[in-house]
Amino acid sequence: MSQVDDATTSSRAATSMAASRDLRLEGLTKEFASFTAVKSLDLVVRQGTFFALLGPSGCGKTTTLRMVAGLDTPTSGHIFLGDQEVTYEKPYKRPVNTVFQNYALFPHLDIFENVAFGLKRRGVKDVKKQVNDMLELVELTSQAGKKPTQMSGGQQQRVALARALINSPEVLLLDEPLGALDLKLRRAMQIEIKRIQTEVGLTFIHVTHDQEEAMTMADTIAVMNGGVIEQMGAPNELYDNPHTTFVANFLGQSNLLSGEIVGKDGAHVIVSMQGTRVSIPIGRAHAETGSGWIGIRPEKVMIAEVGGDLDAPGNRIEGGVISDVSFVGVSTQYLIRMPWGQELMAFEQNTGHRGLFAVGTAVDLSWRPEYAFLLDASQDVNAGVTGGSSS
Amino acid sequence: MTTPEDAAKPRTTRKLTGYWLILPGAIWLGLFFVVPFYSLIATSLFDPRGSVLTGYDMAWHFANFSDALRDFWQPLVRSLGYAAVATTFCLFLGYVLAYAIAFKAGRWKNLMLILVIAPFFTSFLIRTLSWKLILADDGWIVNSLQAINLLGENGRLLATPVAVIAGLTYNFLPFMVLPLYASLEKIDYRLIEASSDLYASPIRGFFKVTWPLSMPGVVAGTLLTFIPSAGDYINAQLLGSPNQRMVGNVIQNLFTTSNDYAAAGALSMILMLIIVAMVLLYVRKSGTEELI
Repeated sequence: MSQVDDATTSSRAATSMAASRDLRLEGLTKEFASFTAVKSLDLVVRQGTFFALLGPSGCGKTTTLRMVAGLDTPTSGHIFLGDQEVTYEKPYKRPVNTVFQNYALFPHLDIFENVAFGLKRRGVKDVKKQVNDMLELVELTSQAGKKPTQMSGGQQQRVALARALINSPEVLLLDEPLGALDLKLRRAMQIEIKRIQTEVGLTFIHVTHDQEEAMTMADTIAVMNGGVIEQMGAPNELYDNPHTTFVANFLGQSNLLSGEIVGKDGAHVIVSMQGTRVSIPIGRAHAETGSGWIGIRPEKVMIAEVGGDLDAPGNRIEGGVISDVSFVGVSTQYLIRMPWGQELMAFEQNTGHRGLFAVGTAVDLSWRPEYAFLLDASQDVNAGVTGGSSS
Repeated sequence: MTTPEDAAKPRTTRKLTGYWLILPGAIWLGLFFVVPFYSLIATSLFDPRGSVLTGYDMAWHFANFSDALRDFWQPLVRSLGYAAVATTFCLFLGYVLAYAIAFKAGRWKNLMLILVIAPFFTSFLIRTLSWKLILADDGWIVNSLQAINLLGENGRLLATPVAVIAGLTYNFLPFMVLPLYASLEKIDYRLIEASSDLYASPIRGFFKVTWPLSMPGVVAGTLLTFIPSAGDYINAQLLGSPNQRMVGNVIQNLFTTSNDYAAAGALSMILMLIIVAMVLLYVRKSGTEELI
């Protein structure tokens, strides 16, 4: 599986590369009067990667970003750029720039002056060529003389990006930069920002609550919840093998079924699920003993009429009844009521090899064991459910 | 479907509503601005040989203006000078105060605003008279300044330009603070954060972002301070001596004591024209038309 190759890009491998200009957070904590926004965060963002901090509002992602920018001072902990500690460095002395959530463009300056602002403050004499090059990169050359209020949201967004990028910061911070744009423009800007990042090769840290956005753009995602990082890794790694129920629900959707861990069989953990024994690869089992949640993504669930052909070597789980059908064109989403009362989700591509099932049809279902994962039963089965499905 | 006739009637009524609504304001302006203003223009062109007893003749006597300038250029220049100095002091004091209220006061914001307005609860005259006591020759300020040898043995504050300018600064400070506060308060704090993120130290960020964005308040505040200061006569009368006579005192004197209506009218017109010209120049120069 491709996860194996991607493991090398995971940030854990980067700690040894001391010579590079990685961003390193050590035990970073921010306490406000009434609550702790960020709890002892340890994180390494490798130089030149596109990193996403993903989480619901209030999870501490923006506070983390502001501490890296120098706009908030940590209560404790350290921030390093390469070997240099910048924890208490003033924001205007850090080689870090931010694209603010509502852009924060200077309303009294035209686009050219907005983009030139950082260069001029650093005493660069001839900014004209650099500014024009940057405006070209974001395709706003013809708008240089306009004031920010005369521009559309998408254009303002690009100005904000240009204004930060022109300084060639070691780390570029993006604080929900696409939140104010409509869906279509957001998709276009996601690709655009990713293209620019590849082109300039800077470290980007992108804060977002939109899991699709994070997965589309980032090399590495850290999922934050309640001030801590729940899990970090490449997008497909997080999606395929979530370690917590929060990640399983926040990134896409998951079916979580309760089961009892029976024992180990070589490279598999055997779990008894409503009387059926299912096996889960050890690398995907994140619970040791007792009970656990067996997780399976809806698109990995296969269904067939009772006794019909199922393309899976695993167990056939019988007794399901279709309780809801949503036809969305490219795929169909089924809800299947199981004999123990739970409703499971299954997404099926509309390849045309079979017609739609009607509500009330009795079906069997199955999945390939290598796609299932096992989570600790002490975790809330509904954690992360509401925030995740933004699309 | 509505026919044109049906639609026309409510539309005319609606059209008239606007005129009805501005009518009270228009009457007010007509009675208390247009008529007196016309009367002032006429007065400034009276034949100066007339008197209250014999009556004045409207004679298109433009020489009133040159006569007034010749006789009273000194108090006129002094007025503009005092007003300029007082406005400058107000701008410095007012900016610091407004900035503190807008960005640093936190939950004390409203209380501080009330304190800025509080002096208005007492009469202008009484407040200025109190300054006479504060700055008196045997008052604690003069005594302290004498003790540290900043003022000579016979030195005094009352009846000096210092007292008049202090009075003007004090009396018109709220007119500076309030528009400045309104402008500063509107500034999105994230803009200041953005300037800091873009390598501007706090001082440079202030001059590149905060100051330009507060220009509407600066312009409004300086106008609201300068214009009434230039025409003020109470401060010069109560805190100054004849040597600090301002143009307001001269006009008052010409009207009420010498009954020289023509000269008083001409001098009033001159003051007004100078101020209007300065304001136009100022507003254009500071380039705040679009910000206001």
